[in-house]
This record gives sequence, structure tokens and C-alpha cells, in this order.
Amino acid sequence: MSDAVVETIELTKRFGGVTAVDRVSFKLRERELRCLIGPNGAGKSTFFKCLTGQYPIDHGSGRVLIRGVDVGGLKPHQIVRMGVGIKTQVPSVMNGLTVMENLWLAARRTHGWTRSGAEVQRVIEEVGLGEIARRTVGELAHGQRQMVEIGIVLAQEPWLVLLDEPAAGITGAEVERLVGLIRQINATASVIVVDHDMEFVRMLGADITVFYQGSVLIEGHVDDVLADARVREVYIGNRA
Amino acid sequence: MKVWPSIGQMRWGWFILGAAVALAWPLFFDTYTPTILLVWALFALSLGLMWGYAGMLSFGHTAYFGLGAYVYAIAVVNMGESTVPLLLAMLIPAIVAAIIGAMMFYGRISDVYMGVITLVVSLILFKFMSATAGDQYVIGDARLGGFNGIPGFQVLNVPGLPDVSLFGVPLYYVAAVALLACYLLSRWILARSFGRVLVGIRENETRCELLGYSVPAYKTAIFSISAAMAGLAGCLFANWAEIVTPSVFSLRSAAEVIVWVIVGGLGTLVGPILGAIALGMVKLLLGEQTLIDNSLVLGLILVIVVLAIPRGVVPALQGWYGTRARIRTQRAGHMRARRRTAAPTAGRPS
Amino acid sequence: MDYVAVVVLEILYMISFIALVSAGLAVVFGMMRVINLAHGEFVMVGGYTTLACFRAGIDLWFSMLVIAPLVVGLVGLIVERLVIRFLYGRMIDTMLATWGLSLLLIGIVTLIFGSSAVSVPTPIPGYQLGAYQMGGYNLFIIAVTIVLYVGMWLVLRFTRLGLIARGAMQSAEVAASLGYNPRTVYMVTFTIGAALSGLAGGVLAPLTGLLPSSGGGYIAQSFIAVITGGAGAVLAGTLASSGMFGTINQIVSFASGPVLGDIVMLALAIVLLRLMPQGISGRFFRNGQ
Repeated sequence: MSDAVVETIELTKRFGGVTAVDRVSFKLRERELRCLIGPNGAGKSTFFKCLTGQYPIDHGSGRVLIRGVDVGGLKPHQIVRMGVGIKTQVPSVMNGLTVMENLWLAARRTHGWTRSGAEVQRVIEEVGLGEIARRTVGELAHGQRQMVEIGIVLAQEPWLVLLDEPAAGITGAEVERLVGLIRQINATASVIVVDHDMEFVRMLGADITVFYQGSVLIEGHVDDVLADARVREVYIGNRA
Repeated sequence: MKVWPSIGQMRWGWFILGAAVALAWPLFFDTYTPTILLVWALFALSLGLMWGYAGMLSFGHTAYFGLGAYVYAIAVVNMGESTVPLLLAMLIPAIVAAIIGAMMFYGRISDVYMGVITLVVSLILFKFMSATAGDQYVIGDARLGGFNGIPGFQVLNVPGLPDVSLFGVPLYYVAAVALLACYLLSRWILARSFGRVLVGIRENETRCELLGYSVPAYKTAIFSISAAMAGLAGCLFANWAEIVTPSVFSLRSAAEVIVWVIVGGLGTLVGPILGAIALGMVKLLLGEQTLIDNSLVLGLILVIVVLAIPRGVVPALQGWYGTRARIRTQRAGHMRARRRTAAPTAGRPS
Repeated sequence: MDYVAVVVLEILYMISFIALVSAGLAVVFGMMRVINLAHGEFVMVGGYTTLACFRAGIDLWFSMLVIAPLVVGLVGLIVERLVIRFLYGRMIDTMLATWGLSLLLIGIVTLIFGSSAVSVPTPIPGYQLGAYQMGGYNLFIIAVTIVLYVGMWLVLRFTRLGLIARGAMQSAEVAASLGYNPRTVYMVTFTIGAALSGLAGGVLAPLTGLLPSSGGGYIAQSFIAVITGGAGAVLAGTLASSGMFGTINQIVSFASGPVLGDIVMLALAIVLLRLMPQGISGRFFRNGQ
């Protein structure tokens, strides 16, 4: 097999008559940071949910391999248990619980009962959540909750991290801190980031894959891709 | 350091006080009514554990209470000695709940469907048991008896000594110990990872799934545990009443336990217990007069609580205290935060 | 041959019975996604209203067809204003509050009429079908159900009220964009749903007899008919599932007694709910609290 951490082979996802993802073959190398971008409805979020097991992969609609294991038919929690950390598009946190409790639940699966407390402390310091550690997550501002969710991913110590729109609703200095955190995650894990925000993607400075109408339009380093005329047309043109 | 304020902790002082009152009660007062109040409290505790902490509302939890009662009656009629029937009265509801729970939760049905299905299960049992009047409906030596139920079975005895029956004050002690033990068991569950994950599931099922927890397995497990507790309560109820009738499966009975729990409070263990005891007393008092129907009061309470204090009385009181405390700490916190943000933040080199 | 006719008529009656008691719930659930656990008691109150009017000397037909729907519709309006409107979007809380209402209504009716069974006379005599004595009133029930469903379909399809209703079924915004306050639409819908339940209760009273607790008998059947029918096409769905459950109920009942018929029907409903959680109505329910 190849050395790919994530590999999709001719992955297709249809909803009724609509083909949201159309025969996408994709590879993510070990320790790679990759951004998936594309206009609304390009299929990147559907593609993401096929990777996480939230959408089942239909029979004969291609394959998804994570470290060589075919994850078609696995439930999300089984994929996560392989060592995958997932942050979904809408901030998905346990609103009624405190930040520490959220992190503890994340740490518990990987680290067990005895080490989870220490892990929570480590993550709180790394992400800079000390001020709000004892607050109930539901009371926090949107950007803070995004950070809590990054912390949740960190606490799992995954070797593959899938982030769906981590920069949504985050502004200014927080974006810079987020970029730093993603780079830090990337030091030990392969990362896929789905995002709209061009500025954010540029700051990450990684390779990007552009989705358009369910297929991969172009792949390459961010600077090269953004200079490409086709990308300007379908993506940047649309946004203007 | 408290990592889990959302669950709360075992308050040993209060527990010992409560246990002392419960255990000393028979020295001074009559036990007939208190026994049934403790049984109802245990039933409410079983639902409160599941609903308040895992966020799963079984509309027909009385099915497992009733199963416990029927299983005990049928088994003890056949066996004579009460130890195995007592265990079966917990085991069989647990198994039934595990099957129904697995069917529901692995099918990923919503909480509304869960309400409908659990309610329909208790309706089925009610209809079935009411229709078992004929001679063909026997299990071993036990006639199911239709609407009239099963009367006159043997009550609990000291394990291994079929002649030493536990009735009156001893039954009170059995009920009290059962309630205290189930309370401790619930506290223990909540202090483990299992309980914390349940609370996580209550707050956000999808997130827990994406943290690697098998949500259906957790839900099925707590449903089954809760059903076992309800079954134990049902078994004790059968011993207190000395008869089991299909009314244990009725809509009224299903509604009662929900009212006890929601009035007492969600997300606490003591709330459902107190709710059951207080409203159980109201129910018994209302039963002594004919002017006001019991349903009327029960319904009125349920409507008012859902509208006015949807999380119940005990959490509302806790919240009231908590808010006062939090306002104080938050004021201090805001001052700290203000001082912090006044200092210049270090810029990250790009 | 006569026997076949009897069986077919009985099945038709059962289907009509389920469809009739489900109509009010179907309207409320289909348009508002509100599960009204007091629905059975609305039907029951319709029955008692008919009884009270009849005892007061009012014509029985007028009592069941006009007064019962009006009175229960008024009850529905009061309930919506005092309780339901505060709970839109909180499905479990709505179920709990309406369950409380159901107990409350049982209590009130017991207070007024007592808890023993009472009956309303059947205004249509029976007739002879070959060797079998048949209830003529059953035919009336079938006719009422057909008229009711055809009427509802016509209203939904061809009137402005129906247009608004269909808009509200899609989403509250559609109703708003048509220039109507969704809250008002909900209020009217709940009132109409209650009135339909009252009609069902009034019409069925001569057949079923009356008890304050008889609402519990309707709730299971109407519930599973409406919910398995689905919220997408609520009238057609309710009719279809009424047809299925009614047929199965009667066939099992003929084979082995009425109680087993009910039990098989309920068990089948559970299986169906399990098999179609993402079915027509399931979609609206996930995380729908």
C-alpha cells in the first residue's frame, strides 16, 4: 500500500438525483496539512462527512482508506477510536458542561481515567483556556467555543485531525492563535482543514485542494492555486 | 480539585442524616404509609437517573415497575421461596429494557419517538394483562387473573428461610435499604466515566459520538440499569400491596412517576426522591376524599411545572443559590479580566 | 358471501374509526409538529358534550355534529392560548404539558359527570345482513369519515385557507411570507384540530359509551396512525396507516379476539417506527426537542 494517511478512491456520494461528490480520488500524506476549499455546494463538506463516517459510503461508490483501513461501513465513533480527531462545522460542544468537563470527556477515551485530569490541564494551557476553564461552554462567545473545540481535538491526541471551518466566526488575534494551534497539531498529526476563508487558508500556507461541482478542480500549493485562472473564475469570482 | 461540577458530588453529611431519619423512623412512627412512599421514591429515582442525567425520557417507565411486580408475583407463586423471584424481578425488566433499548438506540430514533415507543410498550402490557382473565392464561401455578390481577402470593422472606417473612416493619427496612443502596449505586455510576459520558450524551449526542463513544451502547446500558431499579421498586410494591393488578401498567401510573421526577427536579438524585415522597403523600391524602379527583391535581401540577419551572423544584432552588454565588464570583472575575486585557497582548510573528 | 360482506364492513368501520379519531391529531401534528397527548381527552370531552346536550333536550344530531366540535374547539383555543403557545419548538415539554392537560381534563370530567360509565342512545337502528345483525350506525361513521376527509382535502387544495395551511406546513416562514402571523396560523390550526377531535368524540359516543378515562383508548390508535403516517403528507399518510392498522386489527380480531387485535396493532406500530425512523415524519424529529 501507499504511505497515505487518508486515501479516497473514486469516492461518490449521491443524495437522490444530486451527486454531491463525484468520483473523487484524494491522498493525504503522513504529517501533511491540507486545506479543502471551494464555493458553497462544491461538495467539500459532504466529502468531509464521508471521511468522518457521518455519511455512510454506499456500496460501489468508491472507498475511503484511513491508514490503509477501509472505513466504509464504520460508524463515526469507530473511526474516531482509530485515532482521528474531528471538529464539525457548527461548533459542536457540550453546552451545559464546563470547559474542563468538555475537555475531560475528550481526553478520557485516549488517556484513560487516571491521566485525563493532567491532560485537561495540559490542553488548557496550550490553547490558553485558563480564564474560562470553569465556565459553562454555553455562556461563551462563539470564538471561544471554537477554541474549546480545538482543545477537545487536542485532548484526544489524534494522529489524524479533520477540521470543518475552524475559523468561522473567529476574528483578529484569535485567527493568528488558531493558525499557530493548527501548526502545532500538525507537528504530530496529519491535518485536513475545510474552510471558506481565503485569508485564513493563505495564513496556513499549505497545499490546497479546490472542490468544484463535486470534483477536484485543482490541487497544489496555496500560492500557485490562487494564481490559477480557473480558480479565480469559479471561486474567487463567485465570492466577489 | 473538582473537575465535574455539573454532576455534583456525594454529600455524605446529608446522606447520613437522611439514612438515620429513614432507619430510625419505625422506632417512633407507623410504617405502613412510609413504606410505599419509599417504594415510590425508588421508582422515581430510577427514572430520575436516566432522564435527569442521560436526558432520556421513558414515557412508559411504569412498564418496568409493573414487570417487576408481575414477575415477582408469578415467580413466587411457583417457587415459594422469595430470593430468586426478587432477583428475577430486577433481571427480567433489565433484559426487556435492554432489548427494547437496543432496538431504539441502535436504530438512532429521536427522543420523541423514544417517548412514543416506550409509552406504547406499557400500553401493550396494560391491554394484555387486562385480557388475561381466562383459565388458559396461567404461568406454572400462577393465574394472571386479568383485570383482577394476582392476589395473595407469598411475601418476601429472609433468604434461605421461607418461613420467616418480611412484612410490616421489616418490609419498611427492606424498602429503606433498597432506596439507600440504589441511591449509592446511582452516585457511584455518576462518579465513574460511565456517568460522565452519559451527561455528555445528554448535552450533545453527536459530539460524544465524534469523541469515540458508542452512544447507543451507553444509552442501552443506562436504560437497562434504570429498568432494573424500577423492577425492584415494583417487586417491593407488590409486597406492600399483596396484590398485582394491570393498573401498574396504566397511563395514570406512567404519568405519576414522570410528575414526581419533573416536580422534584432533573439533574439531581435527591429531587426525584423528595418529589415522589411529597406528591405520594398528596396522592394518599386526596385518595381519602372524593371531592377533588386525583388526576385533576396531578395534571394541574404537571402543566404548571412544565410551564413555570421546567427543570423542577430542587434545581430551581439550587439555581437560585447558585446564581447568587455566581454573581459574586463573576463580578470578581470581570475585574480580573479587565485588568488582563488592559495589558498589551504579544503579537505573533507571521 | 354474507360473511365476507360482514368482514369487509367491519374492516371499513375500523379504518373509519381510526381515521376519524386521528383527524384532529393529524391536523395538529402535520401542521405544527405538536404531539398533543391530550388528544384522546379532546375526543372524550366531545362525547360528554354530546351527552350533556342530549340530556338537556337538544337534538342528538345537532349536539354531536355542531355543538361538540364547537365546545371542544373552544377548549382547544383556551389550551393553545394558556399552554401550547409557550412551548412551540420544545417537543418533549409539549408532550409533558399536554399529558398534564389530559389528566386535568379527566379530573374535571370526573368531577362533573362522575366516574361510572354512561351511554348515548344510537339514533340509527340495526339492519339484517343475511344471517348477521349489523349496526346501522357503523355505516354512518364510515360516511362521516369519507365526507370529513374529502372535505379537508378540498379545503387544503382549493381554498385560500388551505393555501395558508399548506404554507405553514412547509415552514413558518412561508406563512409569514404570505402575510400571516405564524402564531395566528398555529392558534387557528390547534382550534380546528380540537374541533375535529370533538366531532369524532360526538359522533362516536353512541357506539363506544363514555368514561372519563376513555381518552386513553383513543390516544394509542390515533397516535400510531398519525405518526407512522408521517408528517409530510399528513392526510394521505394518516388514511394509509389507518387503512393498514384497521385491516390488520380486524383480521387479527376475527381470528383470535379483539384484545389481541389491539396488541398486534401496537406491536406492529413499534416495529414500523423502528424501521422508518428516517421515514416521512422521522426527518423532522431528530434532535427535535
